[in-house]
Amino acid sequence: MALGTFKGGVHPFEGKDLSKSKPITELVPTGLLVFPVSQHIGAPATPVVKPGDTVLKGQKIADASGFVSSPIFSSVSGTVKKIEKRRTTTGDMVNAIVIESDGKFEEVAYEETKNVSSLSSEQIISKIRDAGVVGMGGAGFPTHVKLSPKDPGKIEYIIANCAECEPYLTSDYRRMVEQPEKLVEGMRIVLQLFPKAKGVFGIEDNKPDCIEKLQQLTASEDRMSVAPLKTKYPQGGERQLIHAVTGRDINAKMLPADAGCIVDNVETLVAIYHAVRFGRPLTNRIFTVTGDAVSDPRNFYISIGTSYTELLEAAGGLSGEAQKMIAGGPMMGFALFDLDVPTTKTTSALLCLTEDEASKYETTACINCGRCVDACPENLIPSRLADFSEHGQTAEFEKWWGLECVECGSCSFGCPARRHLAQSIKTAKKQILAAKRKK
Amino acid sequence: MSNLLNVTSAPHVRAKDDTQRIMLYVILSLVPAAVFGIFNFGISAAVMIALSIGSCVASEYIFERIVKKKSTIKDLSAVVTGLLLALNLPGGMKLSYWWMPVLGGAFAIVIVKMLYGGLGQNFMNPALGARCFLMLSFAGVMTDFSNYKGYADTFGGATPLATIKNGGLESVDLTRLFLGNIPGTIGETSALCLLIGAAFLIVMKVIDIRIPLTYILTFSVFALIFGGHGFDLTYLAAELCAGGIILGAFFMATDYVTCPITPVGKIVFGVCLGLLTGIFRIFGGSAEGVSYAIIFCNMLVPLIERFTIPNAFGIVKEKKEGKS
Repeated sequence: MALGTFKGGVHPFEGKDLSKSKPITELVPTGLLVFPVSQHIGAPATPVVKPGDTVLKGQKIADASGFVSSPIFSSVSGTVKKIEKRRTTTGDMVNAIVIESDGKFEEVAYEETKNVSSLSSEQIISKIRDAGVVGMGGAGFPTHVKLSPKDPGKIEYIIANCAECEPYLTSDYRRMVEQPEKLVEGMRIVLQLFPKAKGVFGIEDNKPDCIEKLQQLTASEDRMSVAPLKTKYPQGGERQLIHAVTGRDINAKMLPADAGCIVDNVETLVAIYHAVRFGRPLTNRIFTVTGDAVSDPRNFYISIGTSYTELLEAAGGLSGEAQKMIAGGPMMGFALFDLDVPTTKTTSALLCLTEDEASKYETTACINCGRCVDACPENLIPSRLADFSEHGQTAEFEKWWGLECVECGSCSFGCPARRHLAQSIKTAKKQILAAKRKK
Repeated sequence: MSNLLNVTSAPHVRAKDDTQRIMLYVILSLVPAAVFGIFNFGISAAVMIALSIGSCVASEYIFERIVKKKSTIKDLSAVVTGLLLALNLPGGMKLSYWWMPVLGGAFAIVIVKMLYGGLGQNFMNPALGARCFLMLSFAGVMTDFSNYKGYADTFGGATPLATIKNGGLESVDLTRLFLGNIPGTIGETSALCLLIGAAFLIVMKVIDIRIPLTYILTFSVFALIFGGHGFDLTYLAAELCAGGIILGAFFMATDYVTCPITPVGKIVFGVCLGLLTGIFRIFGGSAEGVSYAIIFCNMLVPLIERFTIPNAFGIVKEKKEGKS
């Protein structure tokens, strides 16, 4: 069978062997849990509890403050200690609700729905919204917004992003190996919203066991299929995945829905299933702690809000000196300068590396070799865009399609002159977009 | 916090190849041709190669010392320039002309490369810039191929390319053109050795096949149409194996710095090279035209790039829809 793929991309060291064979184990948090009110794209949620309040697991502690927003739930039972600015994985200071767990994990009563097929689309979408489901692959786009396109009849593909193309990460992999039924049930619910759509599970071919498992599970499903994809970074990029599965192309100004597609990642589909079938809000997720500096790389079922410090301890701590700690994967993750940050709905991994390759090398002159051009999945000329960024030539930057960059980092990865191409391009993008918003 | 961790912008991992390693691959790929040149032309070829490389590296080092810049000789690009310049000097040059590679190397590095800002900033291939400077300044020495001892009687001191141009196609032995025991520049004579090196560069993903392929194809079509020999494949093979087109197409037209970075631009560049080489060789006064074609096309690069900016992923469709 022909593998779906896209043009460009790179092949970084996969590193998944460190943790891929480690079954998911539950991590019971002991310390304080921190819940930033902004764990999604859109308006920050508004706290609905105050210091001193006691809360149950699954209780709403912050409510959505608009359509493009999402509520936040406590993942433990306990007491609200304070509401204050806390640092997040991206380095920003965000208003956060701090809860001390009482260790009892008393839960609110959830409203189950035995017969999901009897629900209307509106009911399903409101259940997803009320459970605080957002894109858990990293972007954090509120899922109920994604599932409410202008014309649901035009959606032809629901693509499950099972690529997990970021090196080292294995949380989606473990979910697919251990609980693929949940993923399929999540897909079934989304397909119920879009009667004309087909559900496709796009999986990189470095996970043949997942491909096989999902093929078996969907064998008798008329509307579901599995699309094996070539293992290449960034195969799980939304635009790249849509191209690999459907052959359709979208640009920065379009939504997947414009190409008749909706893309949701593994954890998100599972969260949809939990929300609709069991009425359970999003309070837990799978999380990988890995890297060559970690004693015992693991996959955990975590309570959202757990501190990174606690996660690293649970994985046996560091085995040696770590030069770099990253929230997420090595290609797009955020470098941490301090582990005292909370996990959120969108954080999937802590990666600790003994060697910091990005700072080890010195940047030299661009030799115009074009490797960044070959690597760019967006068909851009990254070396020129970085020049335009460094020289402040914003008009040229836009003319050479700089705003189409998906910030995957493939250009920097392959650059033999070790230029910080992606960084320069991201900077220019931010400046140009900020200037446009001001107008 | 006393124990802050390193923070950098993503990505946090990098591929293994760096500039130095790429240059090393290019040097390795030229070793077969260089060794064959020494075998074919004797010890003078070895001396010229050594002097040319030495002059390039020394020029870069001294220039950077004078202008108080950090030395960049470790990136090996000066070695590549020196080697390419030497391979473009006539084989069998007398040792008394030792100053030619030295002068050429200094010209390549100081005038063509460093004065424009160093590696990555020059607009013309330094080795070819220097070769053309030497050709124009010392035409006699640079076009004297008569010191070839191996087989000179057949060609009477002329290169096979000149022999063909003067109507002597029948006297040319194709096998020898391919293997390389013929007069010519130090590095251009053996098509076989050059193709081995080129294959290595392609396999190691150092060079892109687009430029050499379109260059050679365009030249071939041009030669078959205008060469005056009709559809004569022997003539075409002789034109390709004799002279500098293989050396030029695979090793000098593909110079990263002086070729277009846009994918379509590379094809346009190759076509321009093929046309110009054809015009220079067939209609020009000299039998050879590769060097001039390449440095002329180097000048066209900014223009070519301007008109070949690729559309970003997903853009073409939007435009089509907009028009309809």
